[in-house]
Amino acid sequence: MHGRVKIKSTAQQEEEKRKEREKKLKIYVAARDACFSKRKEGIFDDEALQLTQQLLSSNPDFATLWNYRREILMHLETVKDEDEVQKIYEAELSFLESCLKVNPKSYGSWHHRCWVSARLPRPDWARELSLCDRCLSLDDRNFHCWDYRRMVVKVSGVPVDQELSFTDRLIGSNFSNYSSWHYRSTLLPLLHPESPEPPSPRREPPQTSPPPSPQTHSHRVCEEQLLKEYELVQNAFFTDPNDQSAWFYYRWLLGRAEREEMISCVYVSRDEERVAVAFSRPVNAQSVGLLLVLDGQPQRVEWRSVHPRFKHSPVWICDLPPGTIGDITNEHNLTVHWTEKHTHRDCALYTGRAESWCRDSATDQELFRSELSVEKTSVLQSELQSCNQLLELEPLNKWCLLTIILLMRALDPLGYEKETLAHFQTLREVDSMRSAYYSDLCSKFMIENTILKMEYAEVRVFSISDKNLTTLCHLDQLLLVTHINLSSNQLQRLPPQFAMLQCLEVLEADDNIIESLEGVYHLPKLEELLLKNNSIL
Amino acid sequence: MAAEDLPSEFDVVILGTGLAESVVAAAFSRVGQRVLHVDRRSYYAANWASFTFNGLLTWIQENQEGSHPEEAQDWSSLVEEGEELIRLSNSDSTSISNVQVFTYTSEEDEEEEEAPNTTEEETGGAEGDAVKEASETESADSKEEETEEKQEETAEGGGGGEEEQAPSTEGEEPEADQPAPSAAQSQSEPAKKKKISYTKLVKEGRRFNIDLVSKLMYSRGSLVDLLIKSNVSRYAEFKNVTRILTYRNGQVEQVPCSRADVFASRQLSVVEKRKLMRFLTSCVEETEEQRAYNGRPYLEFLRDQQLGDNLQHFLLHSIAMVTEDTPTEEGLASTRNFLRCLGRYGNTPFLFPVYGLGEIPQCFCRMCAVFGGIYCLRHSVTCLLVDKESNRCKAVIDSRGQRITCSHFVMEDSYVGVDRKKVDTPTRFLSRAVLITDSSVLPSDSDQQVSLVTVPPIAAGRPAVRMVELCSSSMTCMPGTYLVHLTCQSVGSAHEDLSPVVNSMFRTPESPDQETRPSVLWCLYFNMADSSGLEVQGHDLPSNVYVCSGPDAALGHDHAVKQAEFIFQKILPEEDFCPPAPNPEDIIYDGDNPSPTATEGEAEEGEGETKEEKEVQEQEEVQEEQSLHPEE
Repeated sequence: MHGRVKIKSTAQQEEEKRKEREKKLKIYVAARDACFSKRKEGIFDDEALQLTQQLLSSNPDFATLWNYRREILMHLETVKDEDEVQKIYEAELSFLESCLKVNPKSYGSWHHRCWVSARLPRPDWARELSLCDRCLSLDDRNFHCWDYRRMVVKVSGVPVDQELSFTDRLIGSNFSNYSSWHYRSTLLPLLHPESPEPPSPRREPPQTSPPPSPQTHSHRVCEEQLLKEYELVQNAFFTDPNDQSAWFYYRWLLGRAEREEMISCVYVSRDEERVAVAFSRPVNAQSVGLLLVLDGQPQRVEWRSVHPRFKHSPVWICDLPPGTIGDITNEHNLTVHWTEKHTHRDCALYTGRAESWCRDSATDQELFRSELSVEKTSVLQSELQSCNQLLELEPLNKWCLLTIILLMRALDPLGYEKETLAHFQTLREVDSMRSAYYSDLCSKFMIENTILKMEYAEVRVFSISDKNLTTLCHLDQLLLVTHINLSSNQLQRLPPQFAMLQCLEVLEADDNIIESLEGVYHLPKLEELLLKNNSIL
Repeated sequence: MAAEDLPSEFDVVILGTGLAESVVAAAFSRVGQRVLHVDRRSYYAANWASFTFNGLLTWIQENQEGSHPEEAQDWSSLVEEGEELIRLSNSDSTSISNVQVFTYTSEEDEEEEEAPNTTEEETGGAEGDAVKEASETESADSKEEETEEKQEETAEGGGGGEEEQAPSTEGEEPEADQPAPSAAQSQSEPAKKKKISYTKLVKEGRRFNIDLVSKLMYSRGSLVDLLIKSNVSRYAEFKNVTRILTYRNGQVEQVPCSRADVFASRQLSVVEKRKLMRFLTSCVEETEEQRAYNGRPYLEFLRDQQLGDNLQHFLLHSIAMVTEDTPTEEGLASTRNFLRCLGRYGNTPFLFPVYGLGEIPQCFCRMCAVFGGIYCLRHSVTCLLVDKESNRCKAVIDSRGQRITCSHFVMEDSYVGVDRKKVDTPTRFLSRAVLITDSSVLPSDSDQQVSLVTVPPIAAGRPAVRMVELCSSSMTCMPGTYLVHLTCQSVGSAHEDLSPVVNSMFRTPESPDQETRPSVLWCLYFNMADSSGLEVQGHDLPSNVYVCSGPDAALGHDHAVKQAEFIFQKILPEEDFCPPAPNPEDIIYDGDNPSPTATEGEAEEGEGETKEEKEVQEQEEVQEEQSLHPEE
């Protein structure tokens, strides 16, 4: 006859569990103490190996024990032959797998695995890769595993195309995974580099030198592959336009050429006997090897940034020795050499002229490539079309709006100005948490547009009033401006960078909310300053 | 079973081991009720059962033979004063009908060049069969064990004759009505792929687990919830349905339903992708706009969403799985249910139990047995003894003439005599087809896919067909084959309803030109009564007798689970329905362990369990094949 089933009461169970825990703790503490004392005595035997194993399998984050374990293993390497060492390390790997099951994000376990893999006499990289695959299939954002995998790929020389199809697979199963997209962006330039000539057949011998690191390569990708990538990423952001990984990758694809490092402008003023130099990016002129040659004679000058606060700045000035160019009847030829970059710029100061400058005739292409560009206009145009198509379906999607703005700027910043402003307005409404960011970005674009207009008009007057500016930028581009009108905006300050306006004579900044004037104290030619209706304390 | 008598008193006696009955049994046993669970069949799960190939052949044979009503015995000696005797129906003759079998593969391996057979057998259902075929024929020799040896042709009902005359080509087996050996023909065409022979199917028969009903488990449906809640899930393993397919314009296409699917889909444009995703996200919540369509067809609602033909088809037929005239609110509810279940266990909303659906009732029976329930197969209840005054069933008489007292009696509907059943609507039927094929309807990178295929009506007035294709790793068919289940609400006989779909999606002797389609090696058609309309109570039966209906047409299991819960709560309204079972180590078994210390106790508990299970096994001996898998 069947007995009725009785079930232990909760109290019974609790009590049993408590006892169990106590017992476990006792064992744990005893083993830990044994380990510590053994290590102190410098004993590297099998028993120590076992004790640490016992402890680490329940707590894989005990770094000291991993260290002790490595000491033991290194000792064993010296006393065992290769086959035995291989066996020991193989056992170590399978032990580590059990630790990773306890905690798949244990720093100690992954680090130890790296260490073991590197010391294994005959490593089985294929097995390691499949372990990573398994871990990533359980958690595709386990960055420990990503790190370990990168190490394995690098050491074992997995072909780039194989890695690319690995990212295909991961993105296919879940495209909200920026690790995979980013990995793709490092692989594509290696596999499909942008180059006019067809990729040269690999001359490297087959005994695989590790693949060239992405850093040494151009970051651009050939157009044919780019088109495929656009399609892939569009599938992602049409499927889920709120997922940022795809949009970030898209931004990377649309890419931006890095501006050439160069001296963008040299300005010389006869009265002040001063030279100002603008660079395409902030530099520390004191350490980049800047050489000023005046009429064939190198000059000993002291370069200083426009504001004492800047160690790095795009604009640097120096005073010439008194009397060198003071005479208005003399003509002088200046050359500024940037020895580090093997580049230089000449500037001639003609007779009768009080000042002179030399710079590139700036066009929008060179000045502001905004965030995107380099691709053919036709490609950008068709990308803009797809984004507009998406916007029609998702009129309030911020990623889409922002991308459209960037595409428009890359295509025709002035022509799209009105639409850009409207999109910014929508952005501020749909993503009010970031409205200040959008205002700053919009200010930046408005300033760029005004600079472009000024360049086309070939004047030295910069006027941008009543445009809701919240911030100032690109001030290095305004080195030659003599008259600036910033009135009726929402500027809070004239920042130290304002000192880059070395030629400024008139500054209009009425009707803002300016509190701080740091930048105006270093303007050598300033004559007129209008600051009505501000918040200066 | 040993011929020893059963205990003479139980709290609940349950007759029939279908899903609802088994859940009821587990629920009662779990809260300490004494349960006797019997089934007159030699296997568990009644019409919910899964069979090996050979087991299915036996089942087919039994259903073709018809029933042999046992002589009604006279139990009047067991009737006590004030009691009345109600006889239960002793044969299940109405639930299965129109069984037809076709073997399209050669009997032996192909080298033997034997004239291959196409065998068809057909048996009309018993009387009362609403979809009885006009031109029924009887199988000669139906007692033969090996059905495939028969070389008999029966005319098909419903104008299938012409198709059958279609000449066979390319070494395909000739029709049975053209028995000329086609050796020359078969030689003229080199065999591309060696077909699996019938002998091989029989030999590997144990690798098959062929379900009588074809259902899937919604991953947030009531069955999955119950399996989890009750811990019964520990007795089974499950596989994800890996993809949803649909048949459209003569092509099988994958239905993108998860985010990853939509992303990867090649047949949708990016705009369609966005529209689909937006529709799926937006329909989760009810809106004013949706309410405006209440009562109007879902199709109309979908049309007005400007989704385009592709998406409309996917949403209507594969995601909502409704028909063109289903009202919007129903279509949306069904879409929401689909979406709610998505992503819990994988890329589709469905799970399938490894080794087949027949596992599920057995898992509940096992839980019942672990908590003391007693099981007997090939054992029935023939009569109820009713107290005239209270109109309550006091006891039952089992098939061996033992009087067993009980407080409640639960039974499968087929045991209820027709005269006592209260049926409001005419009985509906399911049309079923089971195919063994040689490849998938949509080959992909992996040959181990479990697919749900929705097939919209091929013509007006035809039923929508639901198809489930199982691969060998689901442990329901032998490697190298696929097991395909087709199900629909009957319009005509199973063959009439389903063979047009089979012929258009597969290669059979009737559709020999479908070269790119999977070949059908063997197939079975039958109709099963859908008694789900039946009420639990309200029949001409005592008040403490409850009736469980058999499988329904729905894809999920909600009906049976709800029915079981209803019965349980009717009888024990205060008790919890299937509370979580304790861990095996927390169960204390009575009996042979005198004074357990903590550690000893554990060891003996382990033994205790095996003992308990042994008893279950003993009861099960007769049907070892169904319940014992190599893994266990």
